[in-house]
Amino acid sequence: MKIKDIAELLDATFVTGESHAEEEIDFGFASDLMSDVLTLKQSDRILLLTGLCNIQTIRTAEMANIEVVLFVRNKSVTNEMIEIAEEENMVLLQCKYSLFRAVGMLYSKGLSPIF
Amino acid sequence: MHFEYTIMENDFANAGTASSAIKKTLKHLNIDANKIKRVVVAVYEAEVNAIAHAYGGTIYVDIDGEKIIVKIADKGPGIPDIALAMQEGYSTASPKVREMGFGAGMGLPNIKNNVDDLDIKTQIGVGTEITMIVKF
Repeated sequence: MKIKDIAELLDATFVTGESHAEEEIDFGFASDLMSDVLTLKQSDRILLLTGLCNIQTIRTAEMANIEVVLFVRNKSVTNEMIEIAEEENMVLLQCKYSLFRAVGMLYSKGLSPIF
Repeated sequence: MHFEYTIMENDFANAGTASSAIKKTLKHLNIDANKIKRVVVAVYEAEVNAIAHAYGGTIYVDIDGEKIIVKIADKGPGIPDIALAMQEGYSTASPKVREMGFGAGMGLPNIKNNVDDLDIKTQIGVGTEITMIVKF
């Protein structure tokens, strides 16, 4: 799925990285536990969906090579998070839906799970 | 190449600063992306551990053509039972650490899974020294 299609489907807004909107994402992973994200062997073209909105979410995505992060339930992204995300060329999206609903919508449209 | 980074107790805002700098250096050296990921995930986990559990410390990084050695030496309190700490699911993390998305008892086992060589030396009241090696 293209990042712009993910954003449109979930009525999400781009916080950073709108210039990457045409890029493709193949897999989705959802967790509020960053330790879980750090165990993923796979890299590239992964969307992380999470309700955990702090600087460690961005750092975790950076170390795990995850370039697109979607924050659910209208979480506010801080300037410090935006600064690191921009430096790392990361796409940050924000939507109002719950994690369950966002995951369900993406899964039903064909975004693949990692496991 | 040798680098050093200081870790401050409870300085969660800066957790990942050293791992991020190491990632940039390894990328610049054209190291394989999967190796870089293994290194930075292990160092990041160890950084979070040191910030969460120790009274500050230092990260020493040495890179040559064949490998990277990262040593994290903290100022205590030391790990009372390393075998227990290595056990997946065992954690002594504070609520603050859990708020940051960690503290599930997965850090040390994940470090072990990502490095080629892991050595942990600890002394109660003195400190812990974790040495990790990833071969390129």
